[in-house]
Amino acid sequence: MQNFEFHRPKTIAEAVAALKSSDGDGKLLAGGQSLIPVLKHELAMPSALISLADIGGLDEIRLDGDNLAIGAKCTHAQVASSDVVKNTIGALAKLAGHIGDPQVRNRGTLGGSVAHADPAADYPAAVLGLGATIKTDRRAIAADDFFTGFFETPLESDEIVTAVLFPKAEKAAYAKFASPASKYAIVGVFVAKTGGGVRVAVTGAGPKVFRVTEMETALASNFSSDAIKDIAVSADDLNSDVEAGAEYRAHLVGVMARRAVDAANG
Amino acid sequence: MGSIGQPLKRKEDHRFLTGRGKYTDDIVRPNQAYAYFVRSPYAHAKINGIDKAEAEKADGVVAIFTGADLEGIGGVPCGWQIHNKDGTPMAEPPHPALCTDKALFVGDEVAIVIAETKAQAKAAAQLVMVDYEPLPAVSSIKAAIAEGAPLVHADAANNRCFDWHLGEKDPVDAAFAKADHVVEMDVVNNRLVPNAMEPRSAICEYDPSSDMTTLWTTSQNPHLIRLLLGAFVLQIPEHKLRVIAPDVGGGFGSKIYLYAEETVVTWAARKLARPVKWTAERTESFQADAHGRDQIGHARLALDKDGNFLGLHIKNKANMGAYLSTFAPAVPTYLHGTLFAGVYKTPAIYVEVEAVFTNTAPVDAYRGAGRPEATYQLERLVDKAAAQLGMDKIELRRKNMIPKEAFPYQTPVALQYDTGDFIACLDLGLKSADWDGFEARREEAKKRGKLRGIGISTYLEACGIAPSALVGQLGARAGLYESATIRVHPTGSVTVFTGTHSHGQGHETAFAQIVADHFGVDFEAVDIQHGDTSQTAFGMGTYGSRSLAVGGSAIVKAADKVVAKGKKIAAHLLEASEADIEFEDGKFTVKGTDRSKTFGEVALTAYVPHNYPIEEVEPGLEETAFYDPKNFTYPGGCHICELEVDPETGMIEVCNITVADDVGRVINPMIVEGQIHGGVAQGVGQALYEGCIYDDDGQLLTGSYMNYTMPRAADLPMMTVGNHVTPCTHNPVGAKGVGEVGSIGVTPAVINAVVDALSPLGVKDIEMPATPQRVWAAIRAAQG
Ligand SMILES: Cc1cc2nc3c(=O)[nH]c(=O)nc-3n(C[C@H](O)[C@H](O)[C@H](O)COP(=O)(O)OP(=O)(O)OC[C@H]3O[C@@H](n4cnc5c(N)ncnc54)[C@H](O)[C@@H]3O)c2cc1C
Repeated sequence: MQNFEFHRPKTIAEAVAALKSSDGDGKLLAGGQSLIPVLKHELAMPSALISLADIGGLDEIRLDGDNLAIGAKCTHAQVASSDVVKNTIGALAKLAGHIGDPQVRNRGTLGGSVAHADPAADYPAAVLGLGATIKTDRRAIAADDFFTGFFETPLESDEIVTAVLFPKAEKAAYAKFASPASKYAIVGVFVAKTGGGVRVAVTGAGPKVFRVTEMETALASNFSSDAIKDIAVSADDLNSDVEAGAEYRAHLVGVMARRAVDAANG
Repeated sequence: MGSIGQPLKRKEDHRFLTGRGKYTDDIVRPNQAYAYFVRSPYAHAKINGIDKAEAEKADGVVAIFTGADLEGIGGVPCGWQIHNKDGTPMAEPPHPALCTDKALFVGDEVAIVIAETKAQAKAAAQLVMVDYEPLPAVSSIKAAIAEGAPLVHADAANNRCFDWHLGEKDPVDAAFAKADHVVEMDVVNNRLVPNAMEPRSAICEYDPSSDMTTLWTTSQNPHLIRLLLGAFVLQIPEHKLRVIAPDVGGGFGSKIYLYAEETVVTWAARKLARPVKWTAERTESFQADAHGRDQIGHARLALDKDGNFLGLHIKNKANMGAYLSTFAPAVPTYLHGTLFAGVYKTPAIYVEVEAVFTNTAPVDAYRGAGRPEATYQLERLVDKAAAQLGMDKIELRRKNMIPKEAFPYQTPVALQYDTGDFIACLDLGLKSADWDGFEARREEAKKRGKLRGIGISTYLEACGIAPSALVGQLGARAGLYESATIRVHPTGSVTVFTGTHSHGQGHETAFAQIVADHFGVDFEAVDIQHGDTSQTAFGMGTYGSRSLAVGGSAIVKAADKVVAKGKKIAAHLLEASEADIEFEDGKFTVKGTDRSKTFGEVALTAYVPHNYPIEEVEPGLEETAFYDPKNFTYPGGCHICELEVDPETGMIEVCNITVADDVGRVINPMIVEGQIHGGVAQGVGQALYEGCIYDDDGQLLTGSYMNYTMPRAADLPMMTVGNHVTPCTHNPVGAKGVGEVGSIGVTPAVINAVVDALSPLGVKDIEMPATPQRVWAAIRAAQG
């Protein structure tokens, strides 16, 4: 790990200023569960780390009309155990409760997870699957516009995620096939029926989280696992590694989607 | 009464659980510097030059050394020499401690950078410019033996290390000629990374005023390290080289060997006259700890029409990696070929093993070492035979087992079993696992959409290594006895110095139980010391489940000497004849009287010899004994695994594991059970999770926990552990050994269970590790 400057701003404005003054070479530090491993392996060598620890108001969970607003600094453990989350989008609480291990869940945050946009992370499936909105210090970005590529988002180098707004769901469930080694998703499928329609979002399988529109259409007319049992996902653009080849992943997308639909139907 | 047989809590755990263990990386010496190794990023490369000028200018750099600087010191030696079928010795290419002209695997040590801080050493290492010329590599056994394969070592033709055999071929050929059935199969024993929780570490300090070199290192056998390093590499006489292996956080074999890193650290600390410390990062552990297993083979079993085994022919190939690690050649040979009788009375066995070099990390003993490979091959073959002949797999085993009346039993592959009761273990296992009730459980699982399977392995292993004369004939370059010194203090408390080394096995507890009972003193009054060559008599260390059987026996011998001397002293004090003194429950008593002296009184007299038979015995009460075993010991038993497969995803859940073992006499049942739990976890790991993969270019694809799957607590069920004891007949403890039974016995039971679960779908075999993707692929292939 290379040396870096360490800042601990008290406000978002100070944090933005610190990011600006580091010429795009500074990094926000939230729970550190993705960033610290990156630094240890020297995959990134930022000149400064700007900690969000002292910035207030980013760790609230509240109902905001038809949306559930979760602050960027909320840890996975907080989301997993929140009654508000459990009562409005139970699937989200469950998803958070199965990320990594207890240490990771007690440190890692929602904001860090979406900003990092790891193609095997769990939250992106919920964000895209529910059609959520990512709020930053300067704008609101729709989920469909947010996950643009492999570890890639439209966030600017000095932009800070402040919250994610999740629409309430009539039905929702997440089915994850975890890597036996890392416990990240080899394939995770989030299925939801909200005021905005039916969505099926897949994480782990491709270079970024993506939707399966064919399944969405089928489920819109018949929200049952039977409706999608013959829909095959092409292996063409899927990931292949020592744990799972593309064909296996394509197969698992079908299995996990059906399981998610069954779970969503209770 | 007595403490033997009691599940006493482990003495050592208090310091481990409260963070007070003292590991090598915790050792801090004044003015110490830190080392970081420059490692080859290529599996095979010519080194055209090394430019260290930039690196030498970096902050804090003390020195940088390359292979050229080490000229004149010996290479890292191999401790076992195997002979080929034709009697010629194996190929034994040199292993320079730092690469000279070529790097032979990813992670090979190319240079050492020593700096004031660890961060500085690491930063400077990135500035060492090595001019590599990448060469074609061989990263698997198959690639190594292919026509025209690139050579790992110029002087090892066809990449062959040795071509070895054991047993007689003619009787085996005759058995096949008259067989009614022949069952054959190919088996792969996957490559494993040992993954001790504590990474390897070494710190060496040289004191020019006394010319003394002290090396603290993560070792299972400090004396062996001293011998190899002192006598073979650096030419330091033993009395000037002290090796200390303090608390060590797991070894599983990987910390037996002398490694390049500790060798170079020692050399550099002497050269600089400054302490030098190195601790591996986890990535380095993956790359450069000696790996385990990695064998492929073909097995053929001849049977008569009733299912009696007539003959067995094994033809295997083993991967040695790029260099010969300390015990590597012994693993696929004498720790492997000798195991093919297993628990069966197969009359004719012939084993052929060819070992090859590849551009991968060296491969050596890993928990079980050779015996898991043999057991897996044999127990898969027996299951396949049952299926092929349409016989019940239990009855086929039972019918071929060596009956308990047959001991001592001479196998066709060198070993002579002293004792055992395989059928009793089998019956105990079947009963504890409710084998007969399994079909109902299978049906119930089916209703939940799961395929449930049950698998068994009945196995035997050879440990307690080993009679020195015998292993000498087999190629060992060392003896395999063990030492013990018992120092009875004036007030009757006791310190025991053992040549074994505890790195998780609980010696401080189990050995204390033996001594406490032997002397009739309190368990708390006995302390076990190990790991420092300046304190203990020359001992061979801990591996091959030998510590209790061999080290414990040395302790008993030393304790007997203490008692013998005590009798002389007591006889004097009691004015009786020595022949009339009996020792029991801590008291020396004149036979048939109530006149006695306690152990403590006798000890005090030995150190305050005012009224003392000084003409006859010396003062003091301290004895040393060496014990050389008469035979190997033969633990064995029956492991049963029940699991469920999710046929849609291929995911396996292990539901229960039943162990019915005979590990000989049990000193501490809790420690025995703990050893079995740990071994079983690693055995399940080999079967279902762990697989070390190099790509065709020799790059390590599974170099971290992101994709190398270790078994975790949540992956394992509660285990039922039963014991059917037949004490070892030839050592004074009666113990056989327990450290490796789990990783030897359970692996085939798990795979037999997977195949059993999948057999309704037509799956006949599956390669380890049986990952979800492999299971899914096997189902797909079977269903066409
Ligand atoms: C052992 C282990 C297992 C894991 N398993 C899983 C798993 O199963 N599933 C899963 O989804 N994840 C898993 N993770 C990742 C974990 O969920 C991380 O917590 C998460 O990905 C990042 O959150 P963080 O708060 O730790 O962010 P950090 O690591 O602090 O930051 C990550 C990135 O986001 C940026 N960032 C952080 N906060 C903000 C913000 N508010 N605005 C803009 N940018 C920001 C940082 O600059 C950095 O680039 C695992 C991690 C570990 C160590």
